[in-house]
Amino acid sequence: MKWRGFSLARWWSVVLKEFLQLRRDRITFGMIIGLPIVQLTLFGFAINTDPKHLPTAVLNADPSEFSRSFVAAMKNSEYFEIVGEVPDEEAGRAALAQGKVQFVLNIPADFSRRLLRGEKPALLVEADATDPMATGMALAATSQLAQSVARHDLTGALAPLRGGEPPFEVQVHRLYNPEGNSQYNTVPGLMGVILTMTMVMMTGLAMTRERERGTMENLLATPVRPIEVMTGKIVPYIAIGLIQATIILLAAHFVFQVPFAGNLGAVYLAALLFIAATLTVGITLSSLAQNQLQAMQLTMFYFLPNILLSGFMFPFRGMPQWAQYIGNVLPLTHFNRLIRGILLKGSGWADLWPSVWPLLLFTVVVMGIALRFYRRTLD
Amino acid sequence: MNASADEFAIDVHGLHKHFGDKHVVNDVSLQVRRGEIFGFLGPNGSGKTTSIRMMCGLLTPDAGSGTCLGYDIVREADQIKRQVGYMTQKFSYWEDLTIRENLDFVARIYEMPDRKALVDRTLDELGLASRAGQLTGSLSGGWKQRLALAACLLHQPRLLLLDEPTAGVDPTARRDFWEELHRLAARGISVLVSTHYMDEAERCHKLAYIAYGRLLAQGTAAEVIAGQGLSTWTIEGDDLTELAQRLRGQPGVDQTVAFGAALHVSGRDGARLEATLREAAAGGALRLTPSDTSLEDVFIYMMARSSDNFGAPA
Repeated sequence: MKWRGFSLARWWSVVLKEFLQLRRDRITFGMIIGLPIVQLTLFGFAINTDPKHLPTAVLNADPSEFSRSFVAAMKNSEYFEIVGEVPDEEAGRAALAQGKVQFVLNIPADFSRRLLRGEKPALLVEADATDPMATGMALAATSQLAQSVARHDLTGALAPLRGGEPPFEVQVHRLYNPEGNSQYNTVPGLMGVILTMTMVMMTGLAMTRERERGTMENLLATPVRPIEVMTGKIVPYIAIGLIQATIILLAAHFVFQVPFAGNLGAVYLAALLFIAATLTVGITLSSLAQNQLQAMQLTMFYFLPNILLSGFMFPFRGMPQWAQYIGNVLPLTHFNRLIRGILLKGSGWADLWPSVWPLLLFTVVVMGIALRFYRRTLD
Repeated sequence: MNASADEFAIDVHGLHKHFGDKHVVNDVSLQVRRGEIFGFLGPNGSGKTTSIRMMCGLLTPDAGSGTCLGYDIVREADQIKRQVGYMTQKFSYWEDLTIRENLDFVARIYEMPDRKALVDRTLDELGLASRAGQLTGSLSGGWKQRLALAACLLHQPRLLLLDEPTAGVDPTARRDFWEELHRLAARGISVLVSTHYMDEAERCHKLAYIAYGRLLAQGTAAEVIAGQGLSTWTIEGDDLTELAQRLRGQPGVDQTVAFGAALHVSGRDGARLEATLREAAAGGALRLTPSDTSLEDVFIYMMARSSDNFGAPA
């Protein structure tokens, strides 16, 4: 069959050749099959833009029937999970700063007395609003909560107050990001995303390029040691990473007006830790990949879970427990906590440590893997 | 170091290497004396590159042992790498670096003292001083080969392993290259060089011929030729192609090879070969002369026989 010089037989021979080559390129083939299955199951179940069971601490200075029923109502809403009591406001703030809780419910000392007197007292809900998406729904639920508690749960001495307008107020304090500006959350998060993408890809290509061009054989024939090659290849990219971090910080400050609550030195130190962790991933991938194309594909494979499970795009606490476990392995998760903590909360070292050690551990473990996979011979 | 290490630059025994189910190198033993140019011959895919890589520690042999410059090829690969210059089959310097940058990198890797002077001297000797800033990728094949040789001599190795260094290089450049090799050998540097070219094989002090992973012959060119015990006749005349066809399979005829206007006919049984040829030439316009068996005749003979062996059921 031929139309205008198009030969079906010739065309078919190309199709067959492509299939043959595709079948032999195991990694690409695995990607084609594995990518949709793994990522659909992983992200389909993991991502939830309406997070529930957010950890909440209670500062109960007025243990009474009312406070009990309000706390119970919060639990029943499913948005809040009471994880404990805090003795004072300072402890509540600290728990928020370290990211241990998302909310602190503060019931003032004379609350029930003032309620009985009809003074319309206020309950205070303090929220870690760095990620507006994570807190938004829960905070919207609180005002509903007040209505429903007022309608149904006022018993005993409070029964006469039932029905009608709630006899108390719920005041919400959005800490760290009072306007609920989502850019404040997204822009610092982008720093980690951009660093992940460029660092992993560039180092991923670095070693495979040597292999593809045949220069690897030359390197292996010299006395140069694996650790020298790997760390030597990493250094230029550390510099590149710091330049990128600076560009993003400048844009965050001057274009997006993201507040700088914390120490700039801490920002760079966090960036350095993260760059180190990410570069070891890149070097490992490039030891595994046979050619530059595979290195690119592995980069994407690593990149997607980082985007979706690190709390960059979707609230971390919205994910089911198993997805949070995966997320906690990823360096981007910890870097996001660090950078948001430093920039928005002004966190100090004590607050940051829980996110620092996982990065260090990750770097050491992955570097070990990379060195194991670096082939000293051509076997 | 023991006595054999003093005498031999390479001394390996019973090397084996498998890739998957392919037995790429099968029981290869080699001895290369100090200051000797040792030619390593064999068809494509015969295991030359794999053998060379095992000798310099780039591949681990599945079985076998040996020394290279007195160092164990399995355990002391690091020491070997320091004293061996290895020129890969494919040009393996960085094409996106300039000539000077490549030499400088190599000098740094080997921690050579007085690096700048060394690189300058090398560039001068190469005649590349004026093009030192040129990107290596833009060099022609012959220049790349000269650069590669200079780069693997930079750390003053005692042994050179050259894997088909002259493939794709023009005859003049090849001749210059071999003169350089002989100068190096005269200075006491041992050279193991793999090649496909017969004229190059004849310029080596010693030869080894490998096919299908097996070492078929080893020694000087004369020894290798004598070892096969072939008698060869040269036939000149018309219709040699037709004659070659007719002779094939005749008693005493083991091989016919066309060389332009002449036909080389070889066989192990000299008397029967002569009888057959005299009969074939009788009454015709063919000129029949006994001639020396050439290296090429021997290699073609060994190659044909080894492939027969390989195909036969074990």
